[in-house]
Amino acid sequence: MSKIDQANQEAVKKMMLSRPVWVDIGRAKDVIPGMKDNLFLHAGPPITWERMSGPLKGAIMGGIIYEGKAKNAEEAEKLAASGEIEFAPCHHYNSVGPMAGVITPSQMVFIIEDKEWGGYTYSNMNEGYGKVLRYGAFDDEVLNRLRWLDEVYAPVIKEAVHLAKGVDMKSIIAQALHMGDDGHNRNRATTSLFIRTIAPFVAETEWGKKTEYDAPRLDLSNVSDYFKDKKASAAAEVLAFMHSNDLTSLNAIMAACKSMALAAHGVENSTVVTTLARNGTDFGIRVSSTGDKWFTAPANVPDGLYFSGFTSDDANGDIGDSVITETVGIGGFAMAAAPAIVNFIGGSPGDAFEATNEMYEITVAENNNFNIPAMDFKGTPTGIDVRKVVEKNIVPRINTGIAHKKPGIGQVGAGIVKPPMEIFVAALRELAK
Amino acid sequence: MESLFESELKVINMGLEGFAETLKERGTAVMHVRWQPPAMGDDDLLSLLDKLK
Repeated sequence: MSKIDQANQEAVKKMMLSRPVWVDIGRAKDVIPGMKDNLFLHAGPPITWERMSGPLKGAIMGGIIYEGKAKNAEEAEKLAASGEIEFAPCHHYNSVGPMAGVITPSQMVFIIEDKEWGGYTYSNMNEGYGKVLRYGAFDDEVLNRLRWLDEVYAPVIKEAVHLAKGVDMKSIIAQALHMGDDGHNRNRATTSLFIRTIAPFVAETEWGKKTEYDAPRLDLSNVSDYFKDKKASAAAEVLAFMHSNDLTSLNAIMAACKSMALAAHGVENSTVVTTLARNGTDFGIRVSSTGDKWFTAPANVPDGLYFSGFTSDDANGDIGDSVITETVGIGGFAMAAAPAIVNFIGGSPGDAFEATNEMYEITVAENNNFNIPAMDFKGTPTGIDVRKVVEKNIVPRINTGIAHKKPGIGQVGAGIVKPPMEIFVAALRELAK
Repeated sequence: MESLFESELKVINMGLEGFAETLKERGTAVMHVRWQPPAMGDDDLLSLLDKLK
């Protein structure tokens, strides 16, 4: 076996040994090393304000208003362009965020500890579907939901995860693949398991028992008549929100995947990809043995199904850190485990199997944690080898949401996107130096 | 050669999928094998891949 093949085996072994456990919730500026009051993290590779796409600009502007640094969109835009706010990729701070992926200094974040290799990774709270900050929307409805997430949801689940003494995320992902999820775009099983694990502890929290508090409330009147004219407990609000949002677990899953990818980073001679990420303008990758260097090219527009009233003309370029799931062998790589996903992203169940089968062509291992029952429990294709991508002319298959290109509108569809081949060629050239 | 076309054809098609589709449309049994030249046939990329074996 060549030294590169050996290095790749080592990188993937470290990735698969990583044991990410959700251990805590904290305020970004208090818990993410290096985070500060004027620093806003975003998805994908580095980018300047001028080159940001609509949804990312919208999320940054919303974040500035949320932080109290501006009163309206006009002030926020001016401040964002002034140079007083610093922007950096989430990945530079061991963090990940779906879609725009904006993490502001005051926001509460999931804290995932790697119990095998040590260290922490982070992600923000998932806001649900529709008009949300991660798709660049920032009206009062969006900002009030963010406040509820930070002031009610986050403290309740923080107390709950302490009572639970941590939640093993890898176990949840492995089980969810046996229940029809891919771990990226289909999260119904993942979120169900997440709720099942944490719910008893949510019910036991002191915070959760409160019915009167000085914080935004979640309207549960549409959940059941029971809640009409009645103040629900914070625990009921939290559990109802989790149930209403299949993406509840996604951000914590992503931070867990970041933990696994981080474990594989920095292996000398390895050609395994340890970061795939998009900021809506550029697609970027980083490779295990090439340090923090990004290889970037313009992001493609996803091909998929659009919500009523929208077409591909409305679509923004590919955006988000959620492709960290594919980086560690789930998401599009585990599509065969999730045939029902084609209702959401298009195609047929046969296409889902084809997608997974194709990914074995460009990866170095079958995952020993995540497997696919319908493929005789074969491990998912794991550890993208830059050399194989270029040699076979096959790029990673990615399942993704589609954002409207204008800020403030939100999600317009979901589909499949291919990263540009140029970034793998650029990485190959660097590796060959 | 002529006798080949007098018997029932079973075709393995490599590379361009369009040939397989045309045969399928005519009712011929065909198995398509996806194949393309390594590294898109680019000599420069092939030499880089050689260095990274």
